Amino acid sequence: MRRTWLWLCVLASWPAPGAAQDYEAERRELVQEIARDFRDTSGHTGREDGSEAMLAAMLRVPRHEFVPDEVRRYAYENRPLPIGHGQTISQPYIVAIMTDLLDVGPGDTVLEIGTGSGYQAAVLAAIVGRVYTIEIVGPLAASARERLARLGYDNVEVRPGDGYDGWEDHAPYDAIVVTAAASHIPPPLVRQLKAGGRMVIPVGDRFLTQQLVLVEKDETGGVRTRQLLPVQFVPLTGGH
Amino acid sequence: MPDAARQPGGVETANTPPADVRPSRSLIWSVAMISAAALGVEILLMRLFSIIQWHYFAYMMISVALLGYATSGVLLAIRAPIAGGAWARAYCGSSFGFALAAPGAFLIAERVPFNPLEILWDPWQWVALLVLYLTLALPFFFAANCVCLALSRYRVHQPEIYGADLLGAGIGALSVIGLMWELPPQACLAAAGIAGLVAACLGAVNEQGLPGRPLVSAAAATAAVIVATAAAPIGMSPYKPLARTLEMSGAEVLAERHGPLGILTVVRSDRAPFRHAPGLSLGSRAEPPAQLAVFADGDSMSAITRRDGGAGSLEFLRDLPSALPYHLLKRPSVLVLGAGGGMDVLKALVHDARSVVAVELNRQYVDLLRGPFAQFAGGLYDDPRVHVVVAEGRGFVTAGAARHDLIEIGLMDAFNAAAAGLHALAESHLYTVEALGEYLRHLTPAGVLSISRWSQLPPRDDLKLFATAVAALKGQGIDDPGRHLVWIRGWNVSTLLVAATPLDAGRIGAVREFCARRGFDTAWYPGMRPEEANRHSVWPQPYDHQGATALLGGTAEEFLTDYKFNVRPATDDRPYFFHFFKWRLFPEALRLRATGGIALLDLGYFVLIAALAQAVLAGGMLIALPLAIWGRRAGAVATPSLRARVLLYFGAIGLGFMSIEVAFIQKLILHLHHPLYAVAVVLTGFLIFAGLGSRRARSGGRRSPMARVAAIIAVLAAAYLVAIPLLFEAAAAAPDAMRIALALLVIAPLAYFMGQPFPLGLAALAGETGALTPWAFAINGCASVIGAMLATLLMIHLGIAAVVFLALFCYGLAAMTFPAGCHR
Repeated sequence: MRRTWLWLCVLASWPAPGAAQDYEAERRELVQEIARDFRDTSGHTGREDGSEAMLAAMLRVPRHEFVPDEVRRYAYENRPLPIGHGQTISQPYIVAIMTDLLDVGPGDTVLEIGTGSGYQAAVLAAIVGRVYTIEIVGPLAASARERLARLGYDNVEVRPGDGYDGWEDHAPYDAIVVTAAASHIPPPLVRQLKAGGRMVIPVGDRFLTQQLVLVEKDETGGVRTRQLLPVQFVPLTGGH
Repeated sequence: MPDAARQPGGVETANTPPADVRPSRSLIWSVAMISAAALGVEILLMRLFSIIQWHYFAYMMISVALLGYATSGVLLAIRAPIAGGAWARAYCGSSFGFALAAPGAFLIAERVPFNPLEILWDPWQWVALLVLYLTLALPFFFAANCVCLALSRYRVHQPEIYGADLLGAGIGALSVIGLMWELPPQACLAAAGIAGLVAACLGAVNEQGLPGRPLVSAAAATAAVIVATAAAPIGMSPYKPLARTLEMSGAEVLAERHGPLGILTVVRSDRAPFRHAPGLSLGSRAEPPAQLAVFADGDSMSAITRRDGGAGSLEFLRDLPSALPYHLLKRPSVLVLGAGGGMDVLKALVHDARSVVAVELNRQYVDLLRGPFAQFAGGLYDDPRVHVVVAEGRGFVTAGAARHDLIEIGLMDAFNAAAAGLHALAESHLYTVEALGEYLRHLTPAGVLSISRWSQLPPRDDLKLFATAVAALKGQGIDDPGRHLVWIRGWNVSTLLVAATPLDAGRIGAVREFCARRGFDTAWYPGMRPEEANRHSVWPQPYDHQGATALLGGTAEEFLTDYKFNVRPATDDRPYFFHFFKWRLFPEALRLRATGGIALLDLGYFVLIAALAQAVLAGGMLIALPLAIWGRRAGAVATPSLRARVLLYFGAIGLGFMSIEVAFIQKLILHLHHPLYAVAVVLTGFLIFAGLGSRRARSGGRRSPMARVAAIIAVLAAAYLVAIPLLFEAAAAAPDAMRIALALLVIAPLAYFMGQPFPLGLAALAGETGALTPWAFAINGCASVIGAMLATLLMIHLGIAAVVFLALFCYGLAAMTFPAGCHR
């Protein structure tokens, strides 16, 4: 019996949570890993290195503040985490690549559909002038708004509601990121994208981003979509 | 059924009290009810786990039940006989244990935080799966205790108890299907608990010396759990689309329908309206009108679209990739397979179809559209041009003689589930080479088959579908299949057209115009130039066109081998259309984990692997370990040669039995049209007839009859591989009850002989040294628990025929290692 308890204790302590985590050091390590991953996948995504602004933002935003307490110890592992309400916070590498694909800078205005816990909005807020974000799950919208305000992201505005129709009041946008996938790309969002603007949509399950859809609107208003794998992967070997 | 696990009659050799008392009528009823309820619970758990998680748990439940049965068998076999008051307490305790565990284990299992989507991220998920596994085995452990105890006490009257057990189990499996039409599944589970409670009371009726107060307390506690189960809503995974939808502000459930084929939930969401328009052209100015979402088992969303006759509100249907065939056909007669919420039917009407036959497997869709939502749907299923048929799509086509201008199979599953490979283990007989051949034979000369699938990067579903169509066309004797095929794609939906006759320039022109106007890419049409591919929704490479060209050219075989996903055509022998995983992809995907490589793997497949690992672990822990501790003395009396024979013999018949049983389930899904029907019929059939066979074997008393039995099994099983498709094809149009009866008739002789090796082996062992009996139980139990999962895995990779041949090899091995004549 005593032995059983011993085993149970061993099991319960695995993987052992760090007693006092040094989040900053972990974040630094994560961003270095992301930068390495960017170089490894550059041939595929068309991005040589991640932009300095994006990497700096990832380095600054405290991801552990955006996840529930019970998974906080994994905050700086490069993996998606559950945030409740059937939603997740994406794998940091995916957040990095989506942010990078948007090609945004200071002064830009970005619309986000699907706030979640607000992490992606915070990363964008560290780069651009203004972020507008819409979340359909009421409690998530409320907690993201409170969290972003508490952490000092004053240039983010959170609104509870349906993202399909976008946010007409602040349109057009330099970039749009849609984290809540629909069966089709909402036409109102395409309309609210500036000429020359970009929209990124991750496609896949909550825990697995399968592919990224990049919608580009040219100067004449023409729309073209590109689909990218976030991963350095070629489906064929041999002579094909 | 495994031999040891579900032939508790064998316990007599190890646990043989001398009592020659006639069992009371109430005990006979008690045993029958426990057995019925236990089989019911096994089937209900399959259903319930399809709802709270996903379909692939079905096979795990067979293994879970076997684990419970085998553990009980082994424990009772190795311990001293129980008699008198201790027996009564043990029986009552076990029957109350079952009544409590039948609903209670599910209540606990529902709360285990297991999320298959995280299984490759989070090591704790493996622990959670093991906890699930052990918890769910509990009711089966207690049920088996009851039967084994009854058999061991009333040794002389075993046939009566045995009969009650088998008949009860058989009735339980079938009646639970009927009950599921009437009650929601959690209420059915509560009903199984009530049956257990009644059985416990019946068992206690004539027993002396049972403590009254604890008995009443146990009954009260059990009743409370039963009520709690019936009243509790099903705790669905929060990651299923229905659960996520209900998190949205303003979303509300309007109706729910339950049945053995699934739970349908109709949801309205006014604040964030559903706009279900799979693959809608990016250039479309049309938006869907109001819609209601219908979720099947909380997944696979389809939409009921408002049809109010207003001009323009349904224009979006013209801008879907699946609208393409209507640009090749004028006023066609249409057959829609899997009509669901009716979007494809509506699309046909919008495109001025002459007539639409809408085939839907689950009649509750039809009831919803003709009942509470008839007005919302604008009387769609009562439109004079629409003829609705409740039937399985493939079976309907096969059975009928009618030809159609257009046969359409739309999107029936959710994109997210497809993307994550959650259906990797779901067999589908709609998308096999043989199925496509059937559809082609039922087209008019100018007719077209149209199938739409979610499109992924790199391509999987659509590429496999294309390969399947090529194989089906070749199977029809068409030398140049490329002239019959069109493949187009939007950013997330692909549509494949297979024409009965070669496509002419006029039709090809229509395809090109359709795609150009809507911004869809062409992946293949006869005469397509490579530079026309990959223009609108641009992939890193035109994988689609490259794949199509390779599959139609001389390098098809090399392409199928080199492609990192399994896109080899699905066949009736291996109907796993959604299984795309190749093992050589695994190390690469793991290496690329940090950058999203896990998304390249099929999750459903890995849950099966995880469950197999758990089966080995749990089987070892609960079956082999007790033996290692308490049964060592027994092993010491036998020679190494005899021990080796026991290991091989009882292992081989356990594996062989499960392989054939799982193969039969798979084979009959096509003919009984739903996995749950197949499971119920196969479990019932094998239970009853193998039980009869085992009784016959015990009384036969032949010395070494295994060679004969193995030969009969081999001949029957091999003959069935060929005969079953022919037999059921002839009966395709027969009503469900007829086909179920036919299935039972087919199972009977095979199961009868498959029931014999276990008791024959035990009898031989009793002649050698009875002390090895617990070992025989344990080995057979382990092999059965593992065999259920292993057979599923092998079937995916090697096909049904290969699994049956493996089973025959096992029986051959058993014939050679029959444990007789190895005296020390």
